[in-house]
Amino acid sequence: MGIHRGHQARPVEWLAEKFIFLVSLSAIVMVFLIFLFVAREALPLFFGETNTALVQKPIPTADLEKLSPAKLQQYLELTPAQFAAMDKDTLKSLMDVKQEAQDEVPEEFRNDPDARINTTEWRYLVLPHQWNHYDKPEYIWQPVGQIQKYNIIPLLVGTLKTTLIGLLFAVPLSVGAAIYVSQMARPKMREIIKPTIELLSGIPSVVVGFFALLVMATVLQKVFGYQTRLNAFVAGIALGFAVIPVIFSIAEDALTSVPRAYTQAALALGASRWQTAWQIVLPAALPGVFAATVLGFGRAIGETMIVLMVCSASVMSWSIFDSARSITTTIAAEMAEAVSGGPHYRILFMLGALLFAVTFVSNMVAGAVIQRFKLKLEGKR
Amino acid sequence: MKQFIKSFCVAAVAVGISASASAGNITVKGSDTLLILAQKWAENYMGSHADVKISVTGGGTGTGFAALQNQTTDLCDASRKAKAAEIANCIKAFNARPTEYKVALDGLSVYVNPESPLKELTVAQVGDIFTGKTKNWKEVGGPDAPITLYSRENSSGTYEFFKEHVLKGHDFAASAQTMPGTAAIVQAVLKDKYGIGYGGAAYGGGTKQLSIKKDDTSPAIDPTENNVESGTYPIWRYLYVYVNPALDKGDIAAYLNWIRSDDGQKYVKEVGYFPLPKNLRN
Repeated sequence: MGIHRGHQARPVEWLAEKFIFLVSLSAIVMVFLIFLFVAREALPLFFGETNTALVQKPIPTADLEKLSPAKLQQYLELTPAQFAAMDKDTLKSLMDVKQEAQDEVPEEFRNDPDARINTTEWRYLVLPHQWNHYDKPEYIWQPVGQIQKYNIIPLLVGTLKTTLIGLLFAVPLSVGAAIYVSQMARPKMREIIKPTIELLSGIPSVVVGFFALLVMATVLQKVFGYQTRLNAFVAGIALGFAVIPVIFSIAEDALTSVPRAYTQAALALGASRWQTAWQIVLPAALPGVFAATVLGFGRAIGETMIVLMVCSASVMSWSIFDSARSITTTIAAEMAEAVSGGPHYRILFMLGALLFAVTFVSNMVAGAVIQRFKLKLEGKR
Repeated sequence: MKQFIKSFCVAAVAVGISASASAGNITVKGSDTLLILAQKWAENYMGSHADVKISVTGGGTGTGFAALQNQTTDLCDASRKAKAAEIANCIKAFNARPTEYKVALDGLSVYVNPESPLKELTVAQVGDIFTGKTKNWKEVGGPDAPITLYSRENSSGTYEFFKEHVLKGHDFAASAQTMPGTAAIVQAVLKDKYGIGYGGAAYGGGTKQLSIKKDDTSPAIDPTENNVESGTYPIWRYLYVYVNPALDKGDIAAYLNWIRSDDGQKYVKEVGYFPLPKNLRN
């Protein structure tokens, strides 16, 4: 393998080759390790090993002797290694802590039917439930408090809402700009517009978020006159600004790389510039434009700071003028305070895995679609 | 080359040993609420004790406890009491409960827009407003207008405290907008005539801070320093530092004592919190 064409590879070249190989290998290893880590942290949730029921019957510390070791280990949530290393006093104090946790539950919650529910069961994670003090079944994400409510649907809706608004705003604008720059603009114009749009991607998203929070929110509220100042619409538009340079630069590349013979043939047959761009070049570059859109989707769904700064109330509503909370925002904002290894922590990792799966699947689907487009364009199907 | 690698390894090991052996390195991690105060303490303590190095990082109370149980930090700043699960994790990690020290007081005010005619509310009324039971200002004696709620991220100790003690454990209304910090709440309330928010008593610059009644019959109390320190203002909490008892000796114990002494407590007011009452000091 490697560089052995007619002469002995020099040691430096050999080293360089091995180094590059190691770098690429490490990328694969990293992806694999990250996925493994996320999956490992979320796994107990899938096996139903977490229990968030507020009121649980504690075993009195005096009964320590009566319990079988296996049962004790399960009750105290210990790994076999931890259990083996512990002396009786430590076990006792662990049991005391369990007892104290129960003693601290406020009187009002002791008789609350919700306090006996394990809120990390799947039906509470994805289906609406009528909690005590609510009039109807609702989707609620309120992970901190006596009764922890972990319904992930408001977060999914929030993520989709902001992402779709962002794409609806960004795709027409950036594809339009790409068509103009690659097909119609005079070279001088192109030299100004292209770097300027691409410069947008150099603006850190936290700055875009800051701008949206202070300026765009006020302006848009004045224009549209809705009640909630910070909502999914503002976040979506701000996301659009982050996505535009991504879609633009790839779409522009795709449009520019359509063979000039196509354009020249169309023009020679009497088509106008506009007809050529719209009916010849754009269809020919469609796989590239589609790929750009999918990459834009990945960027939008994974963007954290903008949505975090602009809106983050976990309202279950499809209205674009209501607030929204995306998955990324939730992870970024809540991970620091979650008890490590606790149910909240596990659910945040589960959300991370979900996000990974969504982008993975969307990339795969996009790949397949692009392949089909290409075959069709080349007349092979 | 081999010689070089060998000497490099020896040097690295030597550096590592000397770093871990040098006395008086204290690491502090935890609550962002306490971060500025902790830095202030560290600076002033290092100023008078040149041999002690204190490094302070934030990240949140939960992060602090995780670090405490992994033994990557000596002290854990906390804006709330340790949860049972966290105590259990500590016992599993180092066979002992973390020692808890109260280090300061924080009073929470309820902010409204300066134009609001409202002056006082009971704790129960504030709770009803934030759970969404009370939706219009006229129900609590204000103008006929819907109430806009501004709350904190649920990772904040302030959020949790407010939920437990003012909302009595009930959920915040879903429409409550979560803001990234107290300053953002103040900004929002200043811009919103019908807004209401909450946060540290010293951070409400420009907003109107309501007087709070413990219940219908008790007098309305302003969130002033004297009222918070004496405990007559109803919404206040302790701020804590947790430490692994095995480490609570030598430099660390001296530092903790200093924090809770009159000398250390005088910095508390500078960052907007309230010093411990005399009987809890050292």
